Amino acid sequence: MAVATKTETVPIRQSEDVVRVRQQVRARAVEIGLSLVDQTKVVTAASELARNTLEYGGGGEMILEVLLDGMRKGLRLCFADQGPGIADLELALKDGYTTGTGLGLGLSGAKRLSSEFDIQSKPGEGTRVTIVRWNR
Amino acid sequence: MTSSEATALSDLLHQHEREILSDWHGRLVQAGAAQGGRISESELLTQCRNLLAAFADALGKGSVDANTPAFAGVRDLLSDIGRSRATQGFSPTETALFVFSLKQPLADRLNGAHGGDASKAARDALAASALLDQLGLFVMEVYQKSREEVIIRQQQEIAELSTPVVQLWQGILALPLIGTLDSARTQVVMENLLQSIVDVEAEIAIIDITGVPTVDTLVAQHLLKTVAAARLMGADCIISGIRPQIAQTMVHLGVELNVVSKATLADAFRLALQRTGRTVSRLASAPARA
Amino acid sequence: MDRIPILKMGRALLVTIQVDMHDRLAMALEEDLTTKIVATGARGVLIDISSLEIVDSFIGRMLDNIASVARVLDADTVVVGMRPAVAITLVELGLELTGIKTALNVEKGMDMIRARLDETEAADGGGNED
Repeated sequence: MAVATKTETVPIRQSEDVVRVRQQVRARAVEIGLSLVDQTKVVTAASELARNTLEYGGGGEMILEVLLDGMRKGLRLCFADQGPGIADLELALKDGYTTGTGLGLGLSGAKRLSSEFDIQSKPGEGTRVTIVRWNR
Repeated sequence: MTSSEATALSDLLHQHEREILSDWHGRLVQAGAAQGGRISESELLTQCRNLLAAFADALGKGSVDANTPAFAGVRDLLSDIGRSRATQGFSPTETALFVFSLKQPLADRLNGAHGGDASKAARDALAASALLDQLGLFVMEVYQKSREEVIIRQQQEIAELSTPVVQLWQGILALPLIGTLDSARTQVVMENLLQSIVDVEAEIAIIDITGVPTVDTLVAQHLLKTVAAARLMGADCIISGIRPQIAQTMVHLGVELNVVSKATLADAFRLALQRTGRTVSRLASAPARA
Repeated sequence: MDRIPILKMGRALLVTIQVDMHDRLAMALEEDLTTKIVATGARGVLIDISSLEIVDSFIGRMLDNIASVARVLDADTVVVGMRPAVAITLVELGLELTGIKTALNVEKGMDMIRARLDETEAADGGGNED
């Protein structure tokens, strides 16, 4: 059973906050001993999701937790906003893969870069995207 | 065992500390624990002394369950011991015996302590034995996990060692892959290749898979991703040595190789030389043998 | 606000990206490059990203935009110095960066630009002097 330790919240209100998100995630990733490639993946995923939160969600926050599960450690990042929400999740996850623009790439890309991915979103109810990257 | 009996046992341990220690340590030495130079007799004695003291303290708090907070100090000590036994190459039995061989010395003192009340001595001995069983199992768990970590680390080292990146010529690298590729190993190997490309400023990397018996979809995907990554960095890849069976498997799996592939490493090398503006020419006359 | 400096190197312009880019900085860079390509008649743009530890879709779009604008102005864009971890992540992310040439470092990038210029000039029947 994974235990969450060390919770931090980073507000995402302006583009400078995306930089802060990257820095915080990088620091925690180094702490839990992620390889350089895995660090890069989780920070990049965080950058994508933070941008989405800012540009499509009207601003929100990232909640960062360090997870302990027996021998392995992980980072759980939750990006939450009170924005318009996503009408067609399936399409959003598929869309943008080839065109490389807009919301789609951020979501499907973040999914590919993470060990675990979850999204909760309904029109009018905001969006919550949670990703986990394990060190093993 | 009640908690007051536990504190009584704790007092007993404090009283007879020296004898119990010497008895316990003696048994361990006799069983060969200090042989082989992995740990000295005096180091062993220190470990025994510390554990005995922590054990007595925990009992003194009235607890008879090794999983309670009272025994945290004992568990910490055993964690260190379990880990060091694992990395120093002790066997599982030797590690478990470290704890279990405390049973007899304890039982002997208990026999003497209750002045003839044999059944009380027996009950206490049984309770102490159960406690030591818990602790023995605990140290074994730590030992086991540490061994697993050693194995994982060794696997990584093997992966990195057994696939060296070779520079064939200036700006041309070759990665001769040998043996079965699993997903984890392929990733390590590919990351090494990309780093080598940066280190020697290679323009072309030849990935030779002559020595690879089978390539499944996952491995093929890793290979293709590496080729794509190398391209993004500014280097080109050539895959060589695809055997007929592998070619067939890949077609059946629907893997599309959008990278140049050559039958042999030699062909790939020739192409790489061409691409980097070089050619191999025969000398008019062979140089005289020295 | 800081703007990213653009250096002239022969017939190319060199941009070294070292800081975490945010929107305004990226837009300023695109504007400045466009102006300078026209002003200097540069035929190549070299973007050095060897300091970047992260390239996300935002930076990817910026690079794409720069390459598109440069192409319209008859200049080639070469992105140099991408780190292995970044390259692996971009592939995983699915960012294709089509239309952008890449090279290992500035030197090789310049060679690439020069080679292309020589080609086109030979095709045009004789080149201009530098």
